[in-house]
Amino acid sequence: MPELVDPILVAVLVLNFRLLGTSRLRTAINASAMQGALIGLLAVVMHGALEPRSTFIGIVAFIAKGLIIPILLNKAMSEAAIRREIEPYISFVTSLVLGAVATAAAVLFADRLPLAPEHVGSLLVPTSLATVLTGFLLMVTRRKAITQVVGYLVLENGIFIMGLCLHDAMPSLVEVGVLLDLVVAIFVIGIVINHINRDFGSLDIARLDTLKE
Amino acid sequence: MLLIALILLPLLLAVAAFITPSERTRPWMVPVGAVVELALVVLLLRQPGDPAAFGGWVVLDKLGRIMLPLVCILFTACAFYVPAYLRLRPERPNRVFTAMLLTFLSMMVLITISHHMGLMWVAIEACTLATAPLLYFNHNRASIEATWKYLLIGGVGIALALLGSFFLAYASLASGLHASLLIEDLVRDAPLLSLPWLHTAFIMLFVGYGTKMGLAPMHTWKPDAYGEAPGVVGALLAGGLTTGAFMSILRYYQVCAAAGEGEFAREIMVVIGLLSMAVAGVFMVGQRDYKRMLAYSSVEHMGILMLGMGIGGLAAFGALLHVINNALTKGALFIAAANIHRAFGSKTTDGVSGALRRVPISAGIFVAGFFAITGSPPFGPFLSEFTILRGAVEAGRYGVAAAFLALLFVVFVGMGTTVLAVVQGKTPADMPSTGFHDSVGTVGPPLILLAAVLVLGLWLPSELETALRAAALMVETGK
Repeated sequence: MPELVDPILVAVLVLNFRLLGTSRLRTAINASAMQGALIGLLAVVMHGALEPRSTFIGIVAFIAKGLIIPILLNKAMSEAAIRREIEPYISFVTSLVLGAVATAAAVLFADRLPLAPEHVGSLLVPTSLATVLTGFLLMVTRRKAITQVVGYLVLENGIFIMGLCLHDAMPSLVEVGVLLDLVVAIFVIGIVINHINRDFGSLDIARLDTLKE
Repeated sequence: MLLIALILLPLLLAVAAFITPSERTRPWMVPVGAVVELALVVLLLRQPGDPAAFGGWVVLDKLGRIMLPLVCILFTACAFYVPAYLRLRPERPNRVFTAMLLTFLSMMVLITISHHMGLMWVAIEACTLATAPLLYFNHNRASIEATWKYLLIGGVGIALALLGSFFLAYASLASGLHASLLIEDLVRDAPLLSLPWLHTAFIMLFVGYGTKMGLAPMHTWKPDAYGEAPGVVGALLAGGLTTGAFMSILRYYQVCAAAGEGEFAREIMVVIGLLSMAVAGVFMVGQRDYKRMLAYSSVEHMGILMLGMGIGGLAAFGALLHVINNALTKGALFIAAANIHRAFGSKTTDGVSGALRRVPISAGIFVAGFFAITGSPPFGPFLSEFTILRGAVEAGRYGVAAAFLALLFVVFVGMGTTVLAVVQGKTPADMPSTGFHDSVGTVGPPLILLAAVLVLGLWLPSELETALRAAALMVETGK
């Protein structure tokens, strides 16, 4: 099944652009869910034969990133009764252009890094870097708390792909640590979102501006 | 065995605190836990060599022998302030607060003794999450905003640090070595590591853990978080968590140095160190909020630590000494500031004046702490900052030394104006009184911390000096 690796990575890259170009929060959450599910799948198929450890991690990632977290986010969204990312700090077209530049930069940069023999010619490292940069872009250019959390998820997806490159070499504690932290972080952030929503009557983080010089 | 107990004991106590029903007895579990932990640390320090557990994942090495007791001493002092503080805040439930403080202790200890980059990362992440409810203790708009920024900016920093750790592991994979994140393996194989990956890894880790340390320009969460957190939490963050993040950067620096790339890392450290001092200086001048002022002072001192390590040699020794001085002084300052805040119900110079009359001991500690942290003799930070300066001159970095002195002066003036406005003068009659007065519980802990800083300025025990030199050598050469 390793022949599936590159198609999955291409799909991950396409989803990055889907995320950058949409104003609908539901679309963004679903795109990040699909990306998370694909990455879980990636962990399973990467090693050819079905190997227990990577299959387990793949399934955990699939459930956490593809199901649980999107459900939590969708729930937070309906409670807050907001649907769209209105007025991001930069327009959606500009985000897409910047996303394209970031992806190109990631490919060029990854090309300069020496790779282990098993990763030469694969899209793993460039996709990882491009996804990390997309996550960053989402976090700094969007105003809604939920979109920022989605950005953080995308960032972590990129890091997870990098972690997969090291799958054989590193004990699973680190990978599980990633997932655990993700769930906990989102959980904590979710609670905070609830409080922000209750106290400020909005999920617009631009209203969080009392603390400044 | 002891190493495992050090991590498990506070965790078990955290669970115990969480299920304890009484709001009055629960806070006392924090000092009890701290004292037992400190006793275990003393026992552990008496073991020779580098005690290890979990197949080398957890080791008390030369650097840990300084940082572990430091973190525990600071925590113990703060822990004795906790019951007094929570008695002043009977309206807030303290179940989560006490449980998270003990979890924080466990994870801080784990940072100082973990010898596996992945484990260290997990510990720092856990510390970050454990402190979020502590920051949010007041449950008001400002504390939500501060917690949100802390989680989001800190989360990105943590994410970058993880990516950097992966890159570091890949650096050995790319050179055909067995990938490992154990420090022993990394330092041993350092000369063989793939350089492009090593450089990228160091930059990512530096930015990532630098965000947690609060180095400029990644410091933006710090004034908000320290400004809104209860004073005792500010003390633990400014003295404890930043120390842990600094230590993580040193671990990676150690690998870089062993790879012969120390110069690359040191240049970044000097630039960011001076930048942090400059940014802190700019925001301290005219700062009216004295808790935010302390946050910028923390940014400044993180810059000093980086500058010292970046210059290297004698200055690296000075930087390690400064970690101790900074942590203890910050502890005293934050708690004293919290007392003044309690006494006036305001944390800006508009609402506070004449603190020396209303809370003489707390205000006295605040002034003495100000002189200590700005590097006035005879306090400890004078000694460590002077050592860093001497290190810069010895290394022939005259420009850096001059910039260092100039920035210290700017900070002294900026901070002094705010501190004097808080403590001097008469309290206007219309300034509301909160009924808070100095008591043993609220001024004892900061007095002890301040006394320790004073002693360190007058007399540096030779054992400590030897230990510091050994740790600096280990960081700079990997041995």
